[in-house]
Amino acid sequence: MKLLVCVSQTPDTTAKIKFTADNSQFDKNGVQFIMNPYDEWYALVRALELKEQVGGTVTLLHVGPKENEAVIRKGLAIGADNAIRIDAEAKSSLFVAKQIAEYAKTEGFDLLFFGKETIDYNGSEVPAMVSEYLDLPFVSYGIEMSVEGTTATVQRDIEGGKEVLTVDTPFVLSCAKGMAEQRIPNMRGIMMAKRKPIKVVPAVEAAVGAELVGYAYPPEKGDVKLIDADNMDELVQLLHNEAKVI
Amino acid sequence: MAVLVFAESLTGSIKKIAQEAVAYGYQAAQAMGTECIALTIGQADGAGDLGLYGAAKVYNVDASNDFDAQVYASILGQAANKFGADLIVFAHSSSGKSLAGRLAARFDAALVTAATSIPTVADGGLHISKGVFSGKAFATYALKTDKKVVTIAGNTFRPTEVGAAVAIESVSLDAATGRIKVKEVNTVTGAVPLPEAELVVSAGRGMKGPENWGIIEELAGTLGAATACSRPVADVHWRPHHEHVGQTGVAIRPTLYFAIGISGAIQHLAGVNQSKVIVVINKDPEAPFFKAADYGVVGDLFDVVPKLNAALAKFKANN
Ligand SMILES: Cc1cc2nc3c(=O)[nH]c(=O)nc-3n(C[C@H](O)[C@H](O)[C@H](O)COP(=O)(O)OP(=O)(O)OC[C@H]3O[C@@H](n4cnc5c(N)ncnc54)[C@H](O)[C@@H]3O)c2cc1C
Ligand SMILES: Nc1ncnc2c1ncn2[C@@H]1O[C@H](COP(=O)(O)O)[C@@H](O)[C@H]1O
Repeated sequence: MKLLVCVSQTPDTTAKIKFTADNSQFDKNGVQFIMNPYDEWYALVRALELKEQVGGTVTLLHVGPKENEAVIRKGLAIGADNAIRIDAEAKSSLFVAKQIAEYAKTEGFDLLFFGKETIDYNGSEVPAMVSEYLDLPFVSYGIEMSVEGTTATVQRDIEGGKEVLTVDTPFVLSCAKGMAEQRIPNMRGIMMAKRKPIKVVPAVEAAVGAELVGYAYPPEKGDVKLIDADNMDELVQLLHNEAKVI
Repeated sequence: MAVLVFAESLTGSIKKIAQEAVAYGYQAAQAMGTECIALTIGQADGAGDLGLYGAAKVYNVDASNDFDAQVYASILGQAANKFGADLIVFAHSSSGKSLAGRLAARFDAALVTAATSIPTVADGGLHISKGVFSGKAFATYALKTDKKVVTIAGNTFRPTEVGAAVAIESVSLDAATGRIKVKEVNTVTGAVPLPEAELVVSAGRGMKGPENWGIIEELAGTLGAATACSRPVADVHWRPHHEHVGQTGVAIRPTLYFAIGISGAIQHLAGVNQSKVIVVINKDPEAPFFKAADYGVVGDLFDVVPKLNAALAKFKANN
């Protein structure tokens, strides 16, 4: 099977988030970037497992500038066979999705793997957009999948429960926790990754969609009000009269 | 001009988040000087009540209730054209998110997901804000394309009665057969799904073991709250996976969140820090969660939780 895994990068969750003086831009200075966890732990590993089961290739795809190549190398070290980098700033989800779709439309991938969302903007936008541009079925928030021939059975998360469905390839899948177990790249993988090809593809013209106006910090949380462990009646009264939540 | 809201249903009934989406669509329509139209697909019991929350019209398309994003997006795309929708509103739910991206691509439209603000008219378009970087900031976007798409954060826009129930009109749109076959839908019956819950009682490794969860369930029962947990607790199967909140689990915005025996790691906070009020119960006064809390109790949870439950039961009996 010909498998595609799309990976994004994101600031480490523990990174301190700051903006330029007028709050118009995210200040990348000193921020550590990582591969988006959903892409690394679930999408990529599940694609590798599928390749191990049925044979084929796993291609990694990232839309981003050259400085992001560390993320691609990590994906190759975990086990992807080759990688494509579409050379452009990821201006917006619409822009990124168009790049991915334009590249994928003539490649004949059987399955396109995505993470369920990138954790910085929690967008959950790109995979749905790609599936529409390619006119393919979209299975979102997959937590378990088995593949028999060209038919996949997927369990997906829905609010307060699960759904089980079947779908034939080709289709677009977004992956959530449960889909696979994280794999740590070993020394051999890291060495081999250095020799694996990263093909650089120029970007196509594409609409950007929503335009960023600016950022704001959330209002400061006031100090916590401590209540004595022996005075739960007081806590209940505060929740009722002061916070008005019960 | 119109605001079109997709009012989703689960197993044939309108969901609470669909009412929130209509309430949002109504306020957006007011700001834009137009009307709010709701669209339901398949069986959707309770759809007429969407009029109460501001839908001027409620339409129904006869199609399967089995969710297939490709089919539903095609129906919604046709509806958006037919009704001349400028703004298409979805809940930020598993189906809403799957559809919003498809609609945005279909129309090359500007999209904002998990919006936390009602649109304001500006810049020859709309301005909409959302939380970014795990709740550490907000970003505002300008949407200037002809059609615009938004999904709304849950528990953020309260449905209030602004109108009267309406009759459902059926509209005939082309519903192609999909390529996805839904085999089973399993939802926890009777319980409020965690992402929709207004009150949440959550517990972590401080509980010591799954056998001790009785006091958490009791407290949740007294309050009428949903239960949640930290990730390690779900990882070792003390609690079901769908209860896990945080960066890698569900992100929630209840009005009241109890964090019991949870340390408050940044990845946990990422999923709960947009709760309106946070109460932390922890025996360690240095636990990082206290910094994110509105109310705190320093003490042993095995002592505090039963006392809190008793106090709440007394309060409930008198109110
Ligand atoms: C990439 C990544 C993603 C992650 N995603 C998530 C996520 O989505 N959600 C999540 O929750 N975590 C996530 N984590 C894990 C997170 O970092 C923490 O390890 C986790 O949240 C800790 O869970 P806990 O608070 O239940 O346990 P602990 O950190 O062990 O804390 C237990 C707390 O209970 C208190 N306690 C103990 N006994 C008592 C008692 N008798 N009475 C009162 N208090 C008591 C202790 O003082 C302590 O504060 C992630 C980690 C990584 C690296
Ligand atoms: N710049 C990018 N390059 C490649 N894939 C991406 C990029 N951005 C997002 N994706 C993919 O789309 C998924 C959802 O991202 P998002 O829509 O940003 O939440 C991610 O988990 C990735 O699989």
